[in-house]
Amino acid sequence: MSDTLMRTSASRAVKDKAFTVLTWAAFLVALVPLVSVVALVVKKGAARFDPTFLTHSMNGVGPRDTDGGAYHAVLGTLEQVGIASLIAIPLGLLAAVYVVEHGRGPLVPVVRFVTDVMTGVPSIVAGLFVFTFWVLALGQGFSGFAAALALAILMLPTVVRTTEVVLGLVPDSLREASLALGVPRWKTVLRVVLPTAMSGITTGIVLAIARVTGETAPLLLTALNFDSINTNPFHGQQAGLPSYVFAQAGQPQQAALDRAWAGALTLLLLVLLLNLIARLIARRTRLKG
Amino acid sequence: MTAPIEAREPTLAGVTGESRARGDRVFFALTGASGAFLVLLIVAIGAFLVAQALPSLRDDSSSFLTTKQFLPEADPPSFGIAVLALGTVLTSIVAMVLAVPVALGVAVFVTQLAPRRLAGLLGGLVDLLAAVPSVVYGLWGVAFLNRHLQGFNAVLHDQLGWIPIFGDTGGRYSKSILLAGIVLAIMVLPIIAALSREVLLQVPTPLVEGALALGATRWEAVRTAVLPPSWPGIVSAIMLGLGRALGETIAVALVLGTTPEITARILGPGGNTIAANIAAKFGEYSSAGRGALIATGLVLFVITFLVNAAARAIVLRSARRRLA
Repeated sequence: MSDTLMRTSASRAVKDKAFTVLTWAAFLVALVPLVSVVALVVKKGAARFDPTFLTHSMNGVGPRDTDGGAYHAVLGTLEQVGIASLIAIPLGLLAAVYVVEHGRGPLVPVVRFVTDVMTGVPSIVAGLFVFTFWVLALGQGFSGFAAALALAILMLPTVVRTTEVVLGLVPDSLREASLALGVPRWKTVLRVVLPTAMSGITTGIVLAIARVTGETAPLLLTALNFDSINTNPFHGQQAGLPSYVFAQAGQPQQAALDRAWAGALTLLLLVLLLNLIARLIARRTRLKG
Repeated sequence: MTAPIEAREPTLAGVTGESRARGDRVFFALTGASGAFLVLLIVAIGAFLVAQALPSLRDDSSSFLTTKQFLPEADPPSFGIAVLALGTVLTSIVAMVLAVPVALGVAVFVTQLAPRRLAGLLGGLVDLLAAVPSVVYGLWGVAFLNRHLQGFNAVLHDQLGWIPIFGDTGGRYSKSILLAGIVLAIMVLPIIAALSREVLLQVPTPLVEGALALGATRWEAVRTAVLPPSWPGIVSAIMLGLGRALGETIAVALVLGTTPEITARILGPGGNTIAANIAAKFGEYSSAGRGALIATGLVLFVITFLVNAAARAIVLRSARRRLA
């Protein structure tokens, strides 16, 4: 083959080289903060990540004291996220089924639009809304449940979105086969479509849970924060792990900062564990569509 | 995508037509109600914020849009959104300037250059950035990055101080606007990267292969075959990232040093953002102050709503054009 066909002119080769180097650099730059954050949280969090931290609250602990822990905050987060999931998952699943399986529903385009826009609602706005609605208008007071409502609002669009996508992957031939056997549509959805899509939906839901577990802003406006253990999510202020980290990080004392790092480590472990679970589910049973 | 399939009337599988119809009606009433609930929810969010914001806006003795100070608990209350709105926009702009090139580089790298077998793993690694909670980024920013960035800020001012945004900040480089911008950039980067990656993956491989077969270099193939059809999707990804940056609360509340002044000098502390201001003041204010905070939250809601709706409109329009 002739030389001119094979050769790339110098300037084109240089541009291509620069392109390769720049995209590689972008990728490596993106990884720097990830490595730095994880390494630092592990290193600094280890100082106070001890049995005392996981089994004690901040009741009677001053910012200068070197003991105290996040037990009350972990408890609060588990309750708040649990209740939020109980609200958001069924609602989100049903709304997604409506959008996908009810092709001619009059509200379908509107629900699609609202889901898209809701994905972008800032978490602090969700908190403000629950404050105005639950605390001011209904006079219900600050509580873990109010926080759960705000978290549910943040979870809903994610659940609808991922479910919608996964349901769309279920082949129509499955639906047709079921209907041809005389199975009603509601039963087709519940017994054929949803089970087929289950692993994908579960992955999406676990990721949605992981996302709201780390939300801080809505907690500050709905559950406030609290130093002691409050096991009742329906009454009184309640701590959450993210709001605990925020409160400790805002103090100038080293002991408080150490607690903040240990809290951040606990939170990061919780969130990464959820992400890991989501990935394992996704890998084990991938929908072949 | 899934055309509804009409079931024929004859009774099969022991189900009478009547009970089948009833089951379907109940089921779709339930799912339809859930869909309607979502719509109701977004309307309620707007309505309740407006209802609670109006009284305090009425009590405001100064212009809400142009006043710099934020004293809703004073007598008479005097507060405006000028500092907060401009601070929100400025930190977000800094974040986007830093995040967009890197995010696009990552998306192109993962879809076009990375070894096929590693692509999924590398993409997942960047996705992990999105999994880290914002309060953890805030803690990292204020307790680690802030210390290291101060020296950098000082050098930047010494060398490039003639550029207005790198101008004199009175020697204060701690908790700077740049720090807030960097932390925000890290948080929106995985969002823009992941969404752009999805868009770039839509480009049919034969197009790229065709370009390469015609003698294009990798860069030329990306520039001529991959990027042009992807622009609407990429722009929409950037706008969704922008919406996220505008609304981010806790990280900014932790890392940004606030002042009641409007400033564009990003190497020092200055201004505040709408979201961070709400988080910082909510606990200490009584009902009058909280009303004012709700008014600012309403502005944030409207801005992010518009940004997200615009992102969606761009995608829909380009999809329609492709079909036409």
